[in-house]
Amino acid sequence: MPSPILVVAEEREGKLNKVSFELLGAARRLAEGSSGGVMAALLGSGLEALAPALGHYGASRVYLVDSPALAQYSPEAYAQALVGLVQKIKPEVIFLSATSRGRDLAPRLGAKLGVVVASDCTDFTLQDSGRLLITRPIFAGKALAQVRLKGTPQIATLRPNIFPPLSPETSRTAAIEKITVEGATARAVTKEVKKAAAGKKDVAEAEIIVSGGRGMKGPENYHLLEELAEALGGAVGASRAAVDAGWRPHSDQVGQTGKTVTPKLYVACGISGAIQHLAGMKTAKYIVAINKDPEAPIFKIADYGIVGDLFEIVPLITAEAKKLKSYQ
Amino acid sequence: MNIVVCIKQVPDTASVIKVKDGQIDYEGLTWVVNPYDEYALEEALRIKEKQGSGKVTLLSLGPERVKEALKTGLAMGADEAVHLKDPAFEGLDSFTTAKVLAAALKKTPFDLIWCGWKGVDADQGVVGISLAELLDLPHVSFVTKVEIAPDGKSATLEKEIEGGHEVVETNLPALFTAQKGLNEPRYPTLKGIMAVKSKIIQEWSAVDLGVSTAELEPLAEVVGASLPPARKVGRMLSGTPQEMAAELVRLLHEEANVI
Repeated sequence: MPSPILVVAEEREGKLNKVSFELLGAARRLAEGSSGGVMAALLGSGLEALAPALGHYGASRVYLVDSPALAQYSPEAYAQALVGLVQKIKPEVIFLSATSRGRDLAPRLGAKLGVVVASDCTDFTLQDSGRLLITRPIFAGKALAQVRLKGTPQIATLRPNIFPPLSPETSRTAAIEKITVEGATARAVTKEVKKAAAGKKDVAEAEIIVSGGRGMKGPENYHLLEELAEALGGAVGASRAAVDAGWRPHSDQVGQTGKTVTPKLYVACGISGAIQHLAGMKTAKYIVAINKDPEAPIFKIADYGIVGDLFEIVPLITAEAKKLKSYQ
Repeated sequence: MNIVVCIKQVPDTASVIKVKDGQIDYEGLTWVVNPYDEYALEEALRIKEKQGSGKVTLLSLGPERVKEALKTGLAMGADEAVHLKDPAFEGLDSFTTAKVLAAALKKTPFDLIWCGWKGVDADQGVVGISLAELLDLPHVSFVTKVEIAPDGKSATLEKEIEGGHEVVETNLPALFTAQKGLNEPRYPTLKGIMAVKSKIIQEWSAVDLGVSTAELEPLAEVVGASLPPARKVGRMLSGTPQEMAAELVRLLHEEANVI
């Protein structure tokens, strides 16, 4: 494939997020044996210091689209700047991350270029025709679709935690090219970012999720899960039942009307395993289920199951996990 | 204020999805209004009620069964409905769907457009934002809170992002996509259900919209569908709670290697 692959890196709070490196890993895999390189676009203001890391993770060239007009993310201004870059370098494939930002930006970019985007992809293969055969979960993962995009560039957002990044090598460096943009349009403007509780991890990005359902009996008991999540370095999730009861915010919900997640470990506590919940988490690498009902459907997909009283067992697991960490 | 709400009819989230001959088998599924579109519609109704005047129009693309979704929306309180129906609209990709919706919106006066942030079937999340681009409107996605200025000319919104929210301001007209948490959709009342009979559902075809066959040329091809691989059978732990807790942590550390 002679045309380059363009990765749109994502900066949050002055840092590149992990999925940016995963996108580069995926792009490198695709670029193997082709003459086209892996290019990264980094949009924002004052981000020069972040550019070299993109090289260490596999970009051969970084386009630094740096402008005060891009200091605040805006889908219109960012898409407009990317269109300029696409016209310049004519990529065959563009990868963005399937984060709130990537999923906001990619359809704008696709529409500007007259192509459809494949969202939240979990796998791809390069076919002889030069087209990607993309796998993406549908129905929140109840099924998988294989999709081929027809236009060029082929634009896909890739799900976090799926594609392994390369190990960074400081000897691997990228040429850094500055691009200027003029008069960016931004009609919807971000005025403020409200962070949830300090240090709170988002379930969509967490590698370990400890999740609670109806069996938690009330919001006052979630501290048990927070303590376990903290001991494991993870985030706390919730089932739809817990969210609809008002125990937890919607942003914590895992399932078909919440987030579809692929952590390395998912601990389901007091979650029976409704089909719409299972859809959202069954691609986790390891699943632990703790439930008092031995017939709960969650046990059918769990790697390790514990039948019992979670109010007794979860604190014991937290204590054991802390003990383990203290030896490490 | 004239508000258009784009809705999609999707299989109920309790549905078991089956695959037949390498494609999704839609036989026997229960069809409902996409949950995110219900939040969108609820918010549109609330805005209209608060503004004290205006009209909420539903727009939906799909086969005949889609009328049921439109009737549900009308029963919730929408004033009018437009059904975009044409054999040529079958199986459209997300961007082409947005093109058809854009053609319909060029015939429909609006100050504000609402969509759900994605359909819970294809999980693309592309139609709404593409529609904003095609109509040259600003958009705000994943909206969990909205305040329309009293003059109806601008709005302040909150959108969900990883680990928090962003506060966004925009002028109207604009397009917003609804996230769960925005509101609690109302159930249709008996009065609302009775009122559906007196409301008209218009039908517009490709010809009515002036959309050519070339514009409906698919931009993506669904090569096939499959069920995810079954998970291997797991292990039930046994012993006292203390023993099971210790065994679990050991297994996660030594066997699974995840902690």
